[in-house]
Order: sequence, then C-alpha cells, then structure tokens
Amino acid sequence: MNFCPHTPEDIKEMCSTCNVSVPNDLFKGLPVEDIDFKKLNKGISEFEGYNNILDLARKNNLLSYHFIGGGLYDHIIPSVVDFTTSRSEFYTAYTPYQPECSQGTLQALFEYQTAICNLTDLDVTNASLYDGGSALAEAVLMSLRITKREKIVMDKSVNPIYRNIVKTYLKFLPYELLEVETNEIEPDFEKIKSLLDSDVACFVFQNPTFYGSVKDWTDLINFAHEKGVLAVSSVYPISLGIVKTPGQMGVDIATGDGQSLGNPLSFGGPYFGFLVTKKAYIRNMPGRIVGETVDRNNKRSFVLTLQAREQHIKRHRATSNICSNEGLCALRALVYLCSLGKSGLKELALLNFSKGEYMKEKLSDIGLTIKNKGTTFNEFVVEFKKPAKEIFSALLSKNIAFGIPLYLFGGSENTILVNVTEKMSKEKIDNVCSILEAIL
Amino acid sequence: MKLIFEESKSGRKSFNLPESDVCLKGFPHELSRSDVDLPEVSELDLVRHFINLSRLNFSVDTQFYPLGSCTMKYNPKILEKAASTPEFSNLHPFLSILPECKDRCNGALEIISDFQDMLCEITGMDCATVNPMAGAHGELTGIMIISSYHKSKNSKRTKVIVPDSSHGTNPASASMVGYEVVTIPSNSEGEMDVDELKKHLDTDVAAVMMTCPNTLGLFEKNIKQISDMAHSVGALMYYDGANLNAIMGKVRPGDLGFDVIHVNVHKTFGTPHGGGGPGAGPVGVKKFLEDFLPIPRVKRENGSLLVISNSDKSIGHVSSFFGNFAIVLRAYLYIKLLGSDGIRYSAEMAVLNANYVMNKLKKYLKLPYERSCMHECVFSLSEMAKKGASALDFAKYLIDMDFHPPTIYFPLIVKEAFMIEPTETESKETLDKFVDTVIDAVKLTEQNAEVFKEFPKTTIISRPDETKAARDLIVKYEK
Repeated sequence: MNFCPHTPEDIKEMCSTCNVSVPNDLFKGLPVEDIDFKKLNKGISEFEGYNNILDLARKNNLLSYHFIGGGLYDHIIPSVVDFTTSRSEFYTAYTPYQPECSQGTLQALFEYQTAICNLTDLDVTNASLYDGGSALAEAVLMSLRITKREKIVMDKSVNPIYRNIVKTYLKFLPYELLEVETNEIEPDFEKIKSLLDSDVACFVFQNPTFYGSVKDWTDLINFAHEKGVLAVSSVYPISLGIVKTPGQMGVDIATGDGQSLGNPLSFGGPYFGFLVTKKAYIRNMPGRIVGETVDRNNKRSFVLTLQAREQHIKRHRATSNICSNEGLCALRALVYLCSLGKSGLKELALLNFSKGEYMKEKLSDIGLTIKNKGTTFNEFVVEFKKPAKEIFSALLSKNIAFGIPLYLFGGSENTILVNVTEKMSKEKIDNVCSILEAIL
Repeated sequence: MKLIFEESKSGRKSFNLPESDVCLKGFPHELSRSDVDLPEVSELDLVRHFINLSRLNFSVDTQFYPLGSCTMKYNPKILEKAASTPEFSNLHPFLSILPECKDRCNGALEIISDFQDMLCEITGMDCATVNPMAGAHGELTGIMIISSYHKSKNSKRTKVIVPDSSHGTNPASASMVGYEVVTIPSNSEGEMDVDELKKHLDTDVAAVMMTCPNTLGLFEKNIKQISDMAHSVGALMYYDGANLNAIMGKVRPGDLGFDVIHVNVHKTFGTPHGGGGPGAGPVGVKKFLEDFLPIPRVKRENGSLLVISNSDKSIGHVSSFFGNFAIVLRAYLYIKLLGSDGIRYSAEMAVLNANYVMNKLKKYLKLPYERSCMHECVFSLSEMAKKGASALDFAKYLIDMDFHPPTIYFPLIVKEAFMIEPTETESKETLDKFVDTVIDAVKLTEQNAEVFKEFPKTTIISRPDETKAARDLIVKYEK
C-alpha cells in the first residue's frame, strides 16, 4: 500500500504541467538502477502489517515481573499522558519555528522548562536532549567550554553506560578524562577531592548513584568551586520528589533521563534527556530554548530564543549539533508532572522509598547483605554467597528477572542491583524473598 | 492562554496513587528537599489545558505543512497503534544484555535486525545500527566511525568538507568530532563546485559530507565523480539522508560511492515529528566499517540473533541501548506496508508534487536554479522583498490562509529563500489551493506590499518580539 492520493488523471495532468509524459521522466539523467530487493517484499495492507507486529510481539517471552532498574524504571503512567500527547496537533507538528502557528508546542515547552527547573532547583533548561547519557556528555562538553580547561574527573558510581557515552563523546577530542574508583560501591569523596585542581573543568557524579546510594555532595561541590571546578551531575527525576536537589547542593549543571517521567520503557526509547544549569551559563547550553516575550499587541507569547547558539545559524561554531530533540517525550513529562502535582510527586517518591526499605529488610531477614552503606532511594545492591548468575538464573526459571547482576559491569560476581517501584506489590516482594530463601 | 502553573490551586490534585501496602517510612531529613513547585490541578483542568493548547498548533493532520527539508508527510495511524503494543512498550532494554534473557526480547531484536537489513537494501549499504536518536546524532555517529577508521589506518586527518548548501548539522557534527570544517561553494547550477573541491581535497581530508539531492532539491550530477575524487585521496563519503525521500527505491547512496549514511526516519519513513522530536537517525556503513559501529549491536549470524555489547574497534556507546526503538518499530512497519513498490512510487509522487508546484509558481517567483527539481523546490523572494514583502512576510500571510509556511531563509546561499516540500501524501487539490494562495500573495505584493506587515491577523499572537525574548531571557515561569 501507499499513502499517495494521486488518481491516474491527476498524474496525467500534473505530468503535463511538468512537461513530462510519466513521473519517471523526472528522474532522467539520474543513475537510476533496478534494485534487486530481497529482504523487502511488495507492500502489504494495514491489517497484515499489524498482524506481523503482533506475531513479533509474541516472540518476546514475557516475564511475570522484574526488579530491573539501572536508570530506567517501570513507573505507573497516568492515562492523561497518552491521551493529551496523542493529539494530532502535538505529535504531527514539527519544530516551532513559526511561533504564530506553534504556540501550543511553545507554551507547553515553556511549562516543561519551568517544571524541570523547579524539580531540580536550578535556573534554566532547554526543550530536551536525546537521553540521560548524551545529556551528561553534553554537560561535560559545556563545562569544557565554560572553564576552557582540559581535564574531567568522573566518579565510577555514575551509570557505567552513561560513562561509556561520555567516553565516546570525548575520545575524539583533546581532553583528559580521569575516572575515580569507588570504595566498594560507594563514591570515594577523598579520592575525588584529591584530583580536583585548577586544570579540571568539572567533576561528574550521580545521585542516587548507579548503585542506589543517596549522598549529600554539598561539601565536595563547595570544595570544587574553590578550585574553579564545576559540578556536573546525573539525577533520577522521580527521586527529586524527596531527595535534596542539585540546586540545593550547588550543582552547576544537572542532567538526567526523562524516561521515568511518563515515558514507557519501550526497549530503550524514545525517552528524553534534560540539562539544567545556572543562568550565567545559558549561552553555553546546547539545544533549543523557549523564551517568553510579547507580540505586537503586547500579548504574552512564546518563541524559540538564543538561536544564535545553534547549528542552523552558527554551523561549526554551534554549542552542539543537536537539531531534532525529544519534544513529545518532554511534553509527556510535563503532563505527567502536572498529573502528579506538588503533593503527588512527593507521595510517589516516598512510596518508592518505603517499598525499597521494606524489601531491604526482608532480604536482610533471610540473611542477605545490603552493600549500600547509607540511605538508598528505590534501588540497592544485594550480596549473595553464591554467584549472582546462579541466583538470577533460578529466578528467571520462575519468570522473574531479579535485577542486574553487577559482574556485567565489572562488579563483583556475587552482587545484584535491585530496583522496586510503586508498581511492585508487597506480595511479590514476599514471594521473591521466599523463593530466594529456598535457594540460598 | 494561562500557564498551567497559573491555573494551580493549592489542595487540588489529578492522579491518585494506589494506597501503600507496606509501612510508609520517613526519608532522612538531612538528605531531603524542600517542597517542589508543581501545578495542583484536577484531571479535567489538566485535560482541558493541554487540549486547548494543542489547538494553537498547526500540524500535518490539520494543515498542509510544506516545510522544506523536513518532509512533513502523513503519519499512518497504524504506526502509533503498533508502537503501543504492550509486549514492546513495557519491554525493559536491559533484557537484551542480561544472562539467558534473549528470548525475552526476541521479537524486538528481530525488528531491529530486519529494519537494519531493509535499510541496507534501500540505501545500498552492508551493515547498520539503529542506536542514534536523531539525524544529527546519526551524523555524529557516522563521523566518529570515519574518524575511528582513519585512526585504525594510522592516518591523521584533520578536515571534513561540506558544501555551502549543507544543513548546519553537518559542520556542527564534524566539529564535535574535532575536525576542521572546509566549506565548498556551490556552482551556478546549484551543485558542489568540483574545481573548487579539487583545490581542497588532499590527504588531510577525512570525509566529504553531501546531501543528495541537495538542500536546493537538486540532484548532484557529479556525485560519482566527487566520490571517486574523495576516495582517490583516501577520504570517505558521508551521505546525509535528509532528502532520501526523493530517491528511495530508485537510486541508492551506496551505489553512488557513499561509505556511511544516516536516514532521518521521521522524514523518510513516515514516523511523526512530535513537535520537534523524537526522531531516529539509523546509520548504515559499507562492510569495511562494520567493526566501528556503536555498541550494543544486533546482528544475525547463521539464522540466530546476537547482541554484541563488546567490541574493541567500536566507537562505543552513543545511546544506552537501541536508540529510539519505538520509533524504529514504526519505521519498520511503514517500510513493510509500502514495500519495494510503494517506496519507489512514493518517491515518484514526492518528486512529481514538487515539480508540479515549481512549474506552477515559476512564472511568479524567481527560481534561482532553472531545472527540474527533486522532492522540494527553492524560490528566492528577493524581488518581493525589494517591493516590501519578505520571505517572512509571505510566511505570515500563508498562516492566515491556513497553510503552514515553507522553510524560509534556508539554504543560506539563496537570498530570501522560500523552500517548498509538498511530500507525496498531498493531493493535487491541496497543491492547487496552495499555489493559488502564493500567487495571490505575489499579486498583493504588486498592489500593496505594505499590508504584509499586518499578517498574521487570525492567530492568537502576531509577530512576537524575538529581540526582547533574547534580551530578557525569561525561560521559566516565576510567580
């Protein structure tokens, strides 16, 4: 099938206007070749195509439930999120370059920017980046532009995949990246401190850490600032319902993945990345920014602003190459945050925290060790006496995916990173603990 | 319209969480935040706010949207339904790398693998990745692959060549990979000037980045010669797939000599643009570059699907997993629906529509390069501007006539550029109405160009003050 409305008569008339006899004549002079399609068949109907998708869907052998987090979390998504964002006027529009016919998108993004700033207690943000990892990489590049220094210090309790993304972005550029070993699974504040000097552009950390620990980084950030080093962090936005914010700790550039804010897991995307910073650094930010102004009748209006930073104007001197962002996912986050509201987000965060605490207690009760030294949010590391692979495998045979074994990321053979969200019932936690007890 | 923050009233709420089945714990005070300022609204308030906001937008589903270079074609509704299949939308990407879990996500891996194969077939490449999350991200990935390739050959190359008609993302991407950018001017036919290229092409050049057809909507006739010249000094050819819609199923970049390509699936393969994104920017390469593709990678070997998450030569991760998977799923279904015949036919209709509009309008507007175009045509409104109606004024007039304006002031090499890309999904009737409206605007310019400054008159706002926005920098709401 195809979605072209042309009747044979239309084609004839249009060809005549173009002085050709058939549309193919318009390709004259081009090196057109008969492509021998092997993988790609003839077109099919919508009915057949959808059935094809459903057949493929059935090939995903479903789990009963899982404890996988690692930066991407299974949260409840209020139905208003899908409903409002599936409006054609939102999802079939494009970048709001013409403000008069894009106030819907522009105002929504302005509201989104407000929500993200309030969530993180920082001043300015953009209209979204791709994901949490690339947002962190962009923040690092931004710190290099701001400080004109050449070294980056990154704590190893940052999500290992994000660290890999940062490394990919940096390895073609003349900068030095130092990664700081953790003390078991906890960040080593003294070691980080010892590396911060006047050559360092920024130090990069995550809170809660990849391993789930919640820390107060304020003292280290103050120390960094004395050396002219910027603090760049990655945060889990849902935790900010209760956890001390990047702004409160003095972070200069906070980033994160917006998946948990109303975006389904969808096997890796689309999500969005956010990057929030202090007002002084706004001109160094990548990405589109929506600003408030007035129109010729003095009416409040929203427009894309500071476009002179961007690739379509600055070309190779732009702050980033980003053009398309993840606007619709950012809109989902806005609707999500408005749906939960001021008290709802706090309540949600407490619910996650409480379920995590409950599970930690249950696991301790059956003799397992929680490796985190202090407070966690909704994720933590459990140590077993057996290889984690065996434990994971045993639970998988019961259709339960029990977290992320940390040997996959160079961690100890016996540890698993476990996440619980508000969706996880006490009954399931109890169930998994009794299975564990039987196989320990 | 009021902001949702201004509609907030303390004590209201929309969503209700399930009651806790465990004992609620207090979070340690010293690690706690102060209250977060988010709107407090009822569910109806919320729905009404966002539905009313949406009504302030033009979109493909409500208006003709001939935004050049963006390929705003119709987005088939079945794609949305398919992407929301729970077996995919609830699928955690970590399953792809957890032990013994491959069968938990086999359907998703198959979609990725098949999409990669179909993409290779359409573009004439050998291997592909779906990890980059937008076109520009694909460019960045592609240039990183090229850089890694040269490094593996111990070849120090410092420059990337782009034409002056290129998208801004091309030079910006090259620059992010540490390259110096050399810009080649276009010749009088709107194509890359081969003699000028010759002067700059040497063993310092890592890649030549080209869009073909280019951003003027013109096919680069010398493209094979350019590829040969680049290859003769060891440089690689990068294909910016922004305009693939014009030639899909007819000409393959791989056959033209390109070594690395990206495709903007939200342009070519019918996935929605989302008010700015998400898109997806899958990258295809020739066989000799396979090892440099980002990880993780889905590969089919001897009939079974593998996930490669470690590779020495790979550029590394550019996204956590498989990019914007749910967008790739939509593109996969779109290609399946169209099939080889529909792909080719859609390119023909896209080109026919653009030429139809061009031929209808060329008596009225200046066509800087007088030849048959591909999927889009670029006019210069410099004559109109002299009379008092600029490309911006024309755009505002069209908004009042219920058309989304074409792209204006791009490409930068055309003065007062007015870039029309109708796409294949628009009917002759729509195009006729659009053409007539533009002709009316031309006539109005002759009669009374002054009135253009008053447009648009029908929209909620008119001609916002952008200088003030940049000066005041109000980028969030404050009470």
